[in-house]
Amino acid sequence: MIDVTDAGRRAATRPPAAGALPRLLPAEPLPTLREHEAYYGAAPQASRTLIAEVERSGLRGRGGAAFPTAVKLAAVARGRRPVVVVNATEGEPASNKDKVLLSHAPHLVLDGALLAAEAVGATEVHVCIERRAGGPNHSLSRAIAERAQTKVAIGLHDAPDRYVGGEESALVNWLNGGDAKPTFTPPRPFERGVGGRPTLVQNAETLAQLALIARYGATWFRGLGTDDDPGTTLLTLSGSVPRPGVCEVPFGYPLTDVLRLGGTSPSEVSAVLVGGYFGTWLSPAAAARVTYDRSSLSSVGASPGCGVVATVASGACGLVELARVTRWLAQQNAGQCGPCVNGLPAIADAVDALYAGDRAGHAQARLARWLDMVQGRGACRHPDGVARFVRSGLNVFASDIERHRRHGPCPSPQPVFPVPPTGGWR
Amino acid sequence: MPVAAAGVPRPPDWRLAMTDRLRLRVVDEHLAVNPITCVGHGLCAELFPEWITLDDWGYPIIDPRPVPPQLREHAKRAIEACPTLALLLRRG
Repeated sequence: MIDVTDAGRRAATRPPAAGALPRLLPAEPLPTLREHEAYYGAAPQASRTLIAEVERSGLRGRGGAAFPTAVKLAAVARGRRPVVVVNATEGEPASNKDKVLLSHAPHLVLDGALLAAEAVGATEVHVCIERRAGGPNHSLSRAIAERAQTKVAIGLHDAPDRYVGGEESALVNWLNGGDAKPTFTPPRPFERGVGGRPTLVQNAETLAQLALIARYGATWFRGLGTDDDPGTTLLTLSGSVPRPGVCEVPFGYPLTDVLRLGGTSPSEVSAVLVGGYFGTWLSPAAAARVTYDRSSLSSVGASPGCGVVATVASGACGLVELARVTRWLAQQNAGQCGPCVNGLPAIADAVDALYAGDRAGHAQARLARWLDMVQGRGACRHPDGVARFVRSGLNVFASDIERHRRHGPCPSPQPVFPVPPTGGWR
Repeated sequence: MPVAAAGVPRPPDWRLAMTDRLRLRVVDEHLAVNPITCVGHGLCAELFPEWITLDDWGYPIIDPRPVPPQLREHAKRAIEACPTLALLLRRG
């Protein structure tokens, strides 16, 4: 258990060694404000200089897009009566990091949200979690209750369990009383969001990182990670790994070592999905030569995304995973944009045809055409993500596709990638 | 640029025409579609085939390059004809 004596409190208010881990995931959960402050020290007084410190830290968003946090903060701070939204919806089926973070260090996320609110001049914070996580019974509601005396109002919302519902314009649309569906932009939420006001939408992990930067400074933050991607990141390991779970590693950590944390290695897998269901499949050879950061991952066509590392065991069929998840992603379209509504089911059909055994080669040709055709043509990036997922899958699973072409579908497929049920749009 | 001599009548929309011409010279305009409001009538591709083609499901694919000034009238015609008002010109 965490030491909450005075000695423990004094010791902990000093910044932890810059190179030390963990930063975000204490060994024991810190559900109460008392335990939280004993471990991390009290949150500093927030001020507008925080934005400059965040800029020096090089912090980028951890929800998938890796947008520079300071740029968003500064843009929202320029507007009138801004609002802060904590995006902890984590609709990505293979990701668990925000849920683990909220159960381990809920007050760190709230600190980040309140500090960001002060920095941009907001008096309202909306925390959005996924409905299936428990809504108002969530552990976060107890943590929020402990913050009742702050001058910033904090609301907890259970957002619909929809994959694209976590996209920031969709989340804002839902908070405004509409469906959790993406809207046509511009204006983006930082210009016109909740109640028409400039809205800072940040992923939960991003705000927890911001809370540490506010405490210990940008130089401390840069004590781990790379120059371009400073700090640590939370990763969710899943798929065929023997020890699935969430870990915290510095950016620049070799992907081989990440796999080792999950109890596997490149030689024991046939593919690694990096970034999430909108991410990129890597061959074991590609996985073995990269580190987890934007620059190294981009050399193999991938990006850190939302920190998902999911594997297909060597010997297992990757095509069945590709077909199942592609179908699920196609069903996740919001029913709004023609290219997505029509294109994604057509793409899923073509991947199914590959699975069934595409002897004539029609499905490959159609995929080549349609993956290009849907690119960049939605109100949100959902079709682009699906195209990246499928295109990289076709490369990495080429031998599975060839086997299916010759011998037809697998006799007893055992897919492991999650394809959870989804609810309504409100 | 010759300055109009006093007493010579200017066309009534002189200011509008001038700003329009100046703007075209300095700011690029891109044709864009709101994919949520577009339901694939396809009129735009009929009216402005130089810039708009239809995908396999009848939805417009728009050339991402800036619309050249000499084609701007075609772009405007397509924008005005769209039954769901889904087409727009974006500056910059």
